[in-house]
Amino acid sequence: MGSFHLTKMSLRNLFKKPATKMYPVIAPTFTPMTKGHVVNDIEVCILCGICEKKCPSLAITVDKPAETWIIDPFACIQCYSCIRTCPKDCLTMLPQYTGASTEKCSRSITKPELSPEDKAAQEIAAREKEARIAAAKAAKAAKDELANKE
Amino acid sequence: MGQRTVIPFGPQHPVLPEPVHLDLIIEDEKVIEAIPQLGFVHRGLEKLVQKKDYTAFVAVTERICGICSFGHSLGYSQTIEVLMSIEVPRRAEFLRVIWHELSRVHSHLLWLGLLADGFGYENLFMQCWRLRERVLDIFEATTGGRVILSACNVGGVNQDIFDEDLRGIVRVLDGMRGEFGELSKTFFRDRSVQNRLGGVGYLSKEEAQDLCIVGPFARASGVEEDIRSYGYGGYSALASFEPITSKRGDGYARCEVRAREVLQSMDIIAELVDKIPDTPLMTSVKGAPGADSIAVSRLEQPRGECFYYAKGNGTKYLERFRIRTPTSQNIAGMTKTLQGCDLADVPLNVLTIDPCISCTER
Repeated sequence: MGSFHLTKMSLRNLFKKPATKMYPVIAPTFTPMTKGHVVNDIEVCILCGICEKKCPSLAITVDKPAETWIIDPFACIQCYSCIRTCPKDCLTMLPQYTGASTEKCSRSITKPELSPEDKAAQEIAAREKEARIAAAKAAKAAKDELANKE
Repeated sequence: MGQRTVIPFGPQHPVLPEPVHLDLIIEDEKVIEAIPQLGFVHRGLEKLVQKKDYTAFVAVTERICGICSFGHSLGYSQTIEVLMSIEVPRRAEFLRVIWHELSRVHSHLLWLGLLADGFGYENLFMQCWRLRERVLDIFEATTGGRVILSACNVGGVNQDIFDEDLRGIVRVLDGMRGEFGELSKTFFRDRSVQNRLGGVGYLSKEEAQDLCIVGPFARASGVEEDIRSYGYGGYSALASFEPITSKRGDGYARCEVRAREVLQSMDIIAELVDKIPDTPLMTSVKGAPGADSIAVSRLEQPRGECFYYAKGNGTKYLERFRIRTPTSQNIAGMTKTLQGCDLADVPLNVLTIDPCISCTER
């Protein structure tokens, strides 16, 4: 029994740095692991929509025809579900929290417009792919026909 | 005999971090009866299980309560693992226990601070919460979140803690021991604390057993009941585990039990860090819980035994999920301790059971 057991700690605290910070004058420090907000590297993204399906808070929308990936940063709960399931590893969690806003707005990223050369290359690749598929189908049909005849 | 008066207590009251209402029937400043009323923060989370994929529901269970968040995700995952016969990798089990024990440390430090605030010892309150910040910093460095960790998942854990960081955690906890020793000396030996807590809210062992009281509240009345002693998950690797009990049964005993449990949790973490095996972190989970499959699981949350029940229906949505939280058990004991106490002791009495209303109402 006694009193003043905390005096030593209180006196020590007088000569220590404050335990609190003058936020927002002094910015908070984040660890590399801090869950702040999700960003998408749209150039790598294939808009497959798995992140949309896996998101437990329905914060992500993938608009395939418009080639747009949309996230509602205020609905996102930073659970890593999208990041873990992304097949192209194009989603990343950054430590900074979403900034304050006067309205609940979504953040959308659209695939950049391709240059004429890239577009031409993409079209050639698409045509080649179609031709490959058609050739494979024809080969299969011929094989099946031969098998039927036998 | 004086006139009987009904005094409403809560749902908004300085000692209550969460809303609960009590109708106190008073006679000559003595409480004759306390009638609790709940339902202010009911969110229907158990019903939500029928609309969320069973793997996505972990995110919901974590949000049942801000203090026991990791415990609830662990309890839910454990139940689904029993339901689907999933074997969890050993390292994941150890990491789960380490995070859960850290949650216990921060929960008890939070409560000790609230208790100090409840009896007007502001300095002690701030010191407890300053110490708690270090545990939250560990959470942020290891999982990225300070309150909602999103670390536990069905089949294992999402993140690893490297061995070097685990040793760093033990060093931080060892550094906390000295300061926590000074704080607990104040709780145990300070005259003002002893005078305020001694004899307040007495509950005998028989009463605690009759009312099925759980957790530190029961252990402070001498009931030797701690689910951790049954050795579930990573606890099976502990060399020995003895529940911390006290025979006094009053508010002081509840404070003593929780303060000693903080040190016990630190010892458990240090022991598991030494023994942690090197295995994968996650078992791949495929399929859905079978039709009419039922599983139950128990867990020692910071506030006591928490019981989980899950029923599958062959789809990826569960048929039923139920949680019986420690506070829902302890409210009966709280009303019992309130009978016959002074009106001035009511806030402290309510505080000493460490009520967690968000868990209770879900």
